[in-house]
Parts: sequence; C-alpha cells; structure tokens
Amino acid sequence: MTTPPDQGELTVRFLLNGEPVAVAVPPHWTLLEVLRYRLDLIGTKQGCDKGDCGACTVQLDGKAVPSCLVLGSAVDGRAVTTVEGLRGPTLHPLFDAFDHAVAAQCGFCTPGIVMAAEAYLRRLGRPVTRAEAAAALAGNLCRCTGYTKILDAVVAASERLHGAGGG
Amino acid sequence: MLRLPGFRVASPTTIAEAVAALAEPGARPIAGGTDLLPNLKHRLGAPTVLVQLSRLPLRDVEVRAGALCIGAGAVLADLAEHPLVRAHAPSLARAAGLVAGPTLRNLGTLGGNLHLDTRCRYVNQTPLWREALGGCLKSHGDRCHVVPGGQTCVAALSSDCAPALVALDATLTLHGPAGARTVALADYYCADGTAHTGRAAGELATEIRVPLAPGPRRETYVKWTVRKSIDFPLISIAMRFDLADDAVAAPIVAARVVVGALASTPKLVRKLDALRGQRLDDPATADAIAAQVGAQCKPLPNLPYDADYRRAVLPVHVRRGIAALVAAGENHG
Repeated sequence: MTTPPDQGELTVRFLLNGEPVAVAVPPHWTLLEVLRYRLDLIGTKQGCDKGDCGACTVQLDGKAVPSCLVLGSAVDGRAVTTVEGLRGPTLHPLFDAFDHAVAAQCGFCTPGIVMAAEAYLRRLGRPVTRAEAAAALAGNLCRCTGYTKILDAVVAASERLHGAGGG
Repeated sequence: MLRLPGFRVASPTTIAEAVAALAEPGARPIAGGTDLLPNLKHRLGAPTVLVQLSRLPLRDVEVRAGALCIGAGAVLADLAEHPLVRAHAPSLARAAGLVAGPTLRNLGTLGGNLHLDTRCRYVNQTPLWREALGGCLKSHGDRCHVVPGGQTCVAALSSDCAPALVALDATLTLHGPAGARTVALADYYCADGTAHTGRAAGELATEIRVPLAPGPRRETYVKWTVRKSIDFPLISIAMRFDLADDAVAAPIVAARVVVGALASTPKLVRKLDALRGQRLDDPATADAIAAQVGAQCKPLPNLPYDADYRRAVLPVHVRRGIAALVAAGENHG
C-alpha cells in the first residue's frame, strides 16, 4: 500500500447530525477544523487544541470524543454528532436544564459538556447520580461555574429524560 | 490555536496493508491519536505519512490458550469495563480506566498506551519554549536539563497500562516485514527516552497476552496525579501478589511490583523474595515493600511536579495500595 506523494485534499463521507455529507479536507486537518472551518458548525469550540479541556467534545458513533484529537479523514463512514445536532422541534432537556440552573456563564465549555453529558445519559438510561455525572464530565473543564450548577443541570435533565426515581 | 504539520494519511484495512504502509520512510502509525497528535502540534516529530490503525481488525478481547488476549486496537474505555479484563486482569482494567479523562479513553487504545512517547517537562512544551532553553537530548539539542551532564535521555514513560502489564508478565506480539514475533513486555522498553521501545520502524503491535493466574491472586494499580482526571501519572505503581489460597490474609507465594513514571522503562522492584510466606494484612509486609520501592525508585525532576515530594510519597502510595487490597478482602477484582 503506498500513498501518493501529494495527496491533495481527501473526500470524506460521513453522517453529520443524521445527514450524509461529503467534504474535501486536507489530510492534516482535525475533525474540529473540518467542523468549524469547512462546515461552519461553530458550536463546537476550539479551546486548548490538545485534549486537555473538553471544549471541542463531539460524539463519534455516539461516544464523546475530543474533536481536536481526531483526524478529519478518520471519520469517513462514521457518524458525527455536534451540539447543533441536538436541535429539535422542542428544546432538548439538557439545554432546558442548563438554562433553568444557570449552568452556563461565559458558555465556552457548555457545548462540549452538553455533548459529553448527552452521550453518558443516553447510555446510562436512568437518572444519574451527582457522583456519576461528575465522573462522566471529568474530561471537561469549566473555569467559571465551579461545576455545581452544571451538575445540578445534568442531574435535572437526566430526571426529565428517564423519570425521577425510576430505573 | 495549534495546527498539525502537513502529512499524508494511509487507512489500511488489513495487517499486511498496514505493515506495507509502515515500510515507507517517515511513516508513523496512529491509533487513537491522543498522544501523537498533541506532540505533532508541538512539532515533536515530522512524519510524512500517518498510517491510521483504526480500521484494522485488532479490537478483540478473548481468553485463548491459557491467556487473556487483547487486540492492540482495543479501546481503553471498553477495556476498563470488559468482563474478561475485570475478571482476569483487574489491575489492567483499573489502569485503563485511569488513563487521562473519559473522552480520551473513548479514543485511546491499549497498543497506543503502551507506545506513548516518553514525556519530560523540558520536552512537552512549545517549540519556542524548547528553543529558548537550547533544546535537549530529545528535542534538537545535545544536553539534558534533568540530569546535568547526562548523556542518556531520562524522559518518563507515562503509560498507565505498561506497569500493570509488566507486573502481570504480559507479552506483546508485533507484525513486521519479516513476520510476527512475540516479546515479554518486561524486556520491551529501553533505557533511552529518545528510543524507548523495542518496536522497529516498520513494525506494528497487534496483540497483548496476559497469562491467566495459576492460582488465587490480588493485584492493583495505584496512580496519583494533582488533578483527579486528565493528567499523566506522577506516581504509578502496579502490584501483584500470588497467594496460597483465596483469603486476602493467605501466605504470599510470589510478589511482583512495577513502578512507572520514573524514566523511560517501567521499573521492576527487586529483592522481594523475602515476602514469600508473609501475609498481606501484616503491616510489616507493606513496610518491607515500601522500603524496597523507596530504596530502588528515585523519581527525577523530569515531570511537572516536585521530584523530592514524589520520592517522599512513593512508599506512602505503596502502603495505601496494599491497604486497599486488604480492605477489599474477598471482594476483589
């Protein structure tokens, strides 16, 4: 297997927020760069750019990953969900809960935290405890809130999604 | 904003294709990318081709021929929760679950964790920072800032899984142009932070094998960092005790203690033979192990934390790890 000396741009086909897309990307671009600078999806934030902060968290095949550490070419044939993908006819319970709890201050970490929380809550399928929520969000930094209201919001959203006291 | 340098990518779907792609000069394998990509963003390395391993069939976990066999591409988050790993190598499950943070564990693989580049406070910095200091043995220079006058790079292997797997007598299988070979992980790492694994340039790690325990066993992995998530280990200790029966207070048949995050190799602690017949719940046992660890392992000022403090607390974490095993009693694994 050899690669051509000048690869140019690669055409990458994947499912983006449920819709098939094909986009030409330079081989050395990250998924984060493809989302923000080719697809104009700027909800995903560019923070530390080296996997420390979690601001760029998206879902790859349903799992929360830092998009700054995924090559754009690596998502060929896979499913990517960004914070824009949680839009629907009604407000997503996580968005609603973040609003009610005033869980966003500057808001820069919020899209990444929402994506990490959504992946965890969906997999858990029952109301989350505070400790579980904190462990699930251990890869997402927030420099404003002190996390208290973020955890309030995630716990409240999980009760809306999966029924308080159920499961 | 940190941009990657230019490179091409290859996306093989078979081991043979991957080995062929790795034969190209300047080719480097990329598994999860969580270690390689930040390093490339800091211009540590300049590969011409990245060979993506994520499409290779290397993710299986199974028990075969008396060993727990794990594909090198198995993802760390999956290993941390895998019933077979938790049953047969609980210290590996624990180590995998302590790597970085949850989102990085969704990308990182076991093969990748074993092949983390070594880290040093004088290396894992921006190019400007490194150049201001005149470089070092690992980064465009000829001197060591950790060991003045040192001729060998002492950057630290920060893998959480490597010490655990060495303590479990694991082996690693690699595929290369000349075929496959299997090496003991204990012999795989070299005391040179600039070239610290036995992987030849064109080789690909494919499988990790952990021999099943011959009898009752207690094992654990202890990691200490400043933050409770995200960080590389500052203290890293894997311990394994084979026991005469399944009670935690049973006589010790064999003990193996491996300390990581020192220099470029996991360090096997020696002179533990006197533990044979001792009991884990006897405080003298923990004291004896802690004393040997303290005498044989000297954390260096190569990681971003005070080396004197790390030396002082290393034996403390040995005692705490053993105390946790004793407290867990029969509810281990």
